[in-house]
Amino acid sequence: MVYEFFNANPVVYKKKERQVRGAPSDTDESAVEPIDHLEVFDHLRNIKDPEHHYSLEELRVISEDAIEVEDHCSFVRVTFTPTVNSCGMALVIALCLRMKLMRSLPSRYKVDIRVAPGSHSDEAIVNKQVNDKERVAASQEQPLILDLIDRCLAPSYD
Amino acid sequence: MAVPSELAQHIESYVDTSRSPTQQATSLDAVISLVKNHLITIETLVREMEIYLTTTDNVIRARGTLLIAELLMNLVSKPLDNVTMHSLIGFFTDRLADWRALRGALVGCLALLRRKSNNGTVTASDAKAVAESYLRNIQVQSLGQHDRKLCYELLECLIERYPNEVASLGENLIYGICEAVDGEKDPYCLLRAFHIIEALVQLFPDPSGPLASYCGDISENLGLYFPIHFTHPNGEEADVKRDDLSRALMLAFASTPLFEPFTVPLFLEKLSSPLPLAKVDSLKYLSYCAPNYGADRMAKHAGAIWISLKNAISTSMLESAKSFTSQSLNGLGFEENEITTEAFMLLKTVLMQNSDLLSSLIMDDEDISTTFNNMTSYGSYSDIPLQGKQRLHVVGRILYITTKTNIACCNRFFESFFPRLMDILEISKRNSSGGCFLDENYSLANKFHFGAVYLCVELLSAYRDLIMESRVTATDSIHAKEACCCMLQRFSLSLINAFCSTLRTGCNKVSDDVDIYFRVKGLQILATFPEDLLPISGSIFENILRTFMSIILVDFNHILLWKLALRALVHIGTFIDTCSRSEKASSFMAIVVEKILSLVPFDESTLPFSLKLEAIFEIGTSRQSHMLKIIRGLEESVFASLSDVYVHGNLRSVDMAIQLLECFSNKIFPWIHGTGDLEEVLLRFAINVWNHVKSWTASDVQVQEKGLLDATMMATKLAVGSCSEESQNIIIQKAYSVLSSNTSLIVKESTTTSIPVHPEGLQLTRQTDKFSHKDECILLLFASIIIAARPKTHIPNVREILHLFIASFLKGYVSSAQALGSMINKLGLKSNGTEISSDCALEEAIYIIFNTKPWNSYNNSVSGQCEATSNGIEIGLSDLCVGYVNNRLLQVNAIVGLAWIGKGLLLRGHEKVKDVTMILLQCLLSDGSTGASKLKQSLLEKTCEQDLHPSVMKSAADAFHILMSDSDDCLNQKFHAIIRPLYKQRFFSTVMPILLSLVVKSDSSFSRYMLYRASALVILDAPLIVVVSEAKKITPILLEGLSVLSEDIVDKEKLYALLLVLSGILTDKNGQEAIMENAHIIINRLTDLISYPHKMLVRETAIQCLVPMSKLPYTMIYPMRTQVLQAISKALDDPRRAVRQEAVRCRQAWASIASRSPHF
Repeated sequence: MVYEFFNANPVVYKKKERQVRGAPSDTDESAVEPIDHLEVFDHLRNIKDPEHHYSLEELRVISEDAIEVEDHCSFVRVTFTPTVNSCGMALVIALCLRMKLMRSLPSRYKVDIRVAPGSHSDEAIVNKQVNDKERVAASQEQPLILDLIDRCLAPSYD
Repeated sequence: MAVPSELAQHIESYVDTSRSPTQQATSLDAVISLVKNHLITIETLVREMEIYLTTTDNVIRARGTLLIAELLMNLVSKPLDNVTMHSLIGFFTDRLADWRALRGALVGCLALLRRKSNNGTVTASDAKAVAESYLRNIQVQSLGQHDRKLCYELLECLIERYPNEVASLGENLIYGICEAVDGEKDPYCLLRAFHIIEALVQLFPDPSGPLASYCGDISENLGLYFPIHFTHPNGEEADVKRDDLSRALMLAFASTPLFEPFTVPLFLEKLSSPLPLAKVDSLKYLSYCAPNYGADRMAKHAGAIWISLKNAISTSMLESAKSFTSQSLNGLGFEENEITTEAFMLLKTVLMQNSDLLSSLIMDDEDISTTFNNMTSYGSYSDIPLQGKQRLHVVGRILYITTKTNIACCNRFFESFFPRLMDILEISKRNSSGGCFLDENYSLANKFHFGAVYLCVELLSAYRDLIMESRVTATDSIHAKEACCCMLQRFSLSLINAFCSTLRTGCNKVSDDVDIYFRVKGLQILATFPEDLLPISGSIFENILRTFMSIILVDFNHILLWKLALRALVHIGTFIDTCSRSEKASSFMAIVVEKILSLVPFDESTLPFSLKLEAIFEIGTSRQSHMLKIIRGLEESVFASLSDVYVHGNLRSVDMAIQLLECFSNKIFPWIHGTGDLEEVLLRFAINVWNHVKSWTASDVQVQEKGLLDATMMATKLAVGSCSEESQNIIIQKAYSVLSSNTSLIVKESTTTSIPVHPEGLQLTRQTDKFSHKDECILLLFASIIIAARPKTHIPNVREILHLFIASFLKGYVSSAQALGSMINKLGLKSNGTEISSDCALEEAIYIIFNTKPWNSYNNSVSGQCEATSNGIEIGLSDLCVGYVNNRLLQVNAIVGLAWIGKGLLLRGHEKVKDVTMILLQCLLSDGSTGASKLKQSLLEKTCEQDLHPSVMKSAADAFHILMSDSDDCLNQKFHAIIRPLYKQRFFSTVMPILLSLVVKSDSSFSRYMLYRASALVILDAPLIVVVSEAKKITPILLEGLSVLSEDIVDKEKLYALLLVLSGILTDKNGQEAIMENAHIIINRLTDLISYPHKMLVRETAIQCLVPMSKLPYTMIYPMRTQVLQAISKALDDPRRAVRQEAVRCRQAWASIASRSPHF
């Protein structure tokens, strides 16, 4: 059977020039660098799209501006934009984002993942499922889903 | 001549295709040697082979022909007579028609045609026959790759060697060649084909000759390959590179002007393609071909070229991502790539060729006019929209390149653009009125349009660069009567005034960085114009200098402006140097150098002192005479402030004195060292120090300023260190005279330096034990001279000085110990009999240090437990160290001193260092009885049983760090230490086994703890390669060392260094076994270090080290998994970003080894 893509020919964007952060001071050991949206973006940018071999950054599914972080409240919200309105992979992408953040952020964080308003036909369903911890835990029991997620999260070396 | 019987066999074996290639090669070699050794002639051979050469079996015929051909290929140097040559070449010429046996015929023709003239060559008519046969018979493109290659080589050879004969074939030849190269795809063959075309064109130089009608075809053929696009993978065909091919094609295109009507349009067409490669190549080819095609032919295309160039330049300028910095600035900060570079090259080429045509095109260009017209609508740089900036940048760069091309262009562009710019800046008006004096009221806020300033600066810098280039190459010199010169002279005064007043304080606060950059640059260019072309009067020049100086003195908060102004001043200062005019030089000296120097002693100005020093130093670097002046001035200030402190007790000068001394140490002395010919300055500084020491010690004021004394010592050390031996001798004599006049320090003729030592353990109070401040000052300065002395420098009265240093280091002066170490390191082995009696050889010095027992122990307390006599017992240095005297402070001092002496010995590779090591080891073992040495036991007999204090043992352990580490203070290359290569390796491999065995034997936990510390300190300074080779033995002790060093915050740097050694073992192949054996302990240590609070790099490295640990066998690390993951999940919340990033990576590595649950 021929696999049918939800979006067979996505637009691939050039990676944006990274915002350069000032070099951290090595002399001051007590300096605190709070977790910010750039850092969270660094965690997420190289996640692969489940359908294609492009990163979420290249497909502009996520961007630096769509990440809100409040370090002192231990809160992060990621708003992602599926490439097409009817993308059936939206839930998988959302799960990938959540898993990656669970693995990369301190446990004190509350993670909120949501689809950009108006960018997906099943927006409410995706939002509900990905932020329901029971459902997320249940999805972890599914070897197929887990395999897919692991493939998306595998580190790339480019 | 008899035919050798084996010949037939060899021939048969070569011709037989069923034989292996090696067999065929052997038989070929055999035939060759037969002919070479004159056993048979070629004619005989050919006759023998008749049957093979004429048979109807294609394979055998081909092999047979090839045998003869290969034979000839190998006999290039064998002389052949004309008849043989004629018959052979005739044979091969005929064979060219035999397409089944073609290979042999081609090889044979090549072999014969390539022969050198002295061995018999092919005659001209025969060569022509070859060419004719070739053209008639061979269809090159239907052959295989190797045969095609041979065909091309044959053609090339014919054209090169027999040009006239080949040329006589006329159109036939041209047609043949066109046909041969048509559709070729193999890179090597193509390379040959391009060469052939290039050579072919040379054969028919006549523009109306036979070539003319084929030019279209040839260039069409060649055009198919342009631009060269290489699809071969990298590994294959490594001998032909894209660049080679591209160059060959370019040469072919450029070979005749006749190609011009076909190629130039092709290039221009490709230039407009979106492929960057095509653009670059088109530009390159055009640049190369233009001069070959000639000005007349290129003139037709000038308009088209200009338009394409302009487009190429505009589209290739990308916005630079980098923020504006003065260092990286080129134009307006737009990045330029290869296309731009090539485009500017081409612009320059065509401009040189058709100056009039091109310059009128540029001057009438609409885009450029639009840019000029829009200029007035924007004031500052930040007002201009991005697109406008880009356009401005393009115009600026084009103007710069075109103006710089030659003086004619320069004149034309200046005449056309400069007045317009001046109009926009409203500068011409005030000039026409004749007013050329400083007009303070020139209000610029709305008139000094950035665009105009920028273009003006580009024009000026192009003009200046053109002048400078022509002076360097000494080509057509530029006269002051040139139009551009006159124009610049007319405007220069007003322009300078305008720049000056824009840069004046007040205007700068509101301006953008880029605006300021170009104003400073403009003024700097005007100030450094050659005198004969742009005479600037003294007062104007001074005005420029004053403007910059006022920025230096007042605008220091505007860092960029301040730096630019300083750089401009340095530039101007350097320029005066090259075109020396006394008037300008003296005004620079007065306004800049002296002015800024005069500010040093007074802290009235608001300019921070550190900036003041930076400015002074930078200005000094512009010219040696400036620097000399500045050094003199600074020296005065240094000694004035030092005297202020030491003589008048004015503590407010301390900071200033320290900063000045640091400026000398960090900037001026290294600069002098770099120039290499200003030794008298160093000598003067050192002598001056000693001149002043007298007055300091004469004063009653007591000042305890350790920082100041340290800075003085460092400066003295560096000054002395860079001096030659003669100067050092003078300095030491001077210093010694001061030292010896101070009677309290040196007790003449004494072998016993009396230091009251109290065996009972009465603590000596620090204050009474120390020297007075004056003595301390003299002693330490003297020590710094000894430290910096060269090995050959003569030290007077060595014994006396040794005693002095021994006495003083026991009082806790580390510099004395360092000086002793340096002396021991540099003393000659044996003194010559002719030398003065006070000279002391190394052995004697060592004897003095270790074997004399200069320390009297006065039993002046109540009842001592020791059985010392009333005269006191004598104690040597080693006894002091191991604690004969129960005085902790003294013991620590002795151990530190011993360590420095040991370092001196270690560096020069003296065996006495072993004794030093043994003493230190004894100190480490002191509280256990099993490891105690003989000496200890003998001491125990005499003295009561006593344990060494922990602090003493710690200093003994730290002594190993002194021995192994590189020091900045002494015993390094800067201070001329004798350093034996590989001394660290040697010490490491001697001392490590001992330490390891002592650890095993030691049964006291504290002693073991100290041994771990000592071992860790030895390991962290040893070269990694040695440690890795011993990894198996070292790793356990290294891990203990990690936990020892992690206990005290003071050791954080050492801990980091040790951790790096561990990571070196982890990543090395040889270390794997050791890692496997100790995996659990390593992981435990590393997880502990993840939470090390005192150094971020330790945490980061510990996590990095854990990553390779996850690759160890599953069963080995599985039990540790939870522990590691828990530690890492804490690191995910580390305050530092770098640690968190590593933690994520490490977590990924460890989490992926088994479970997939999101947490563990």
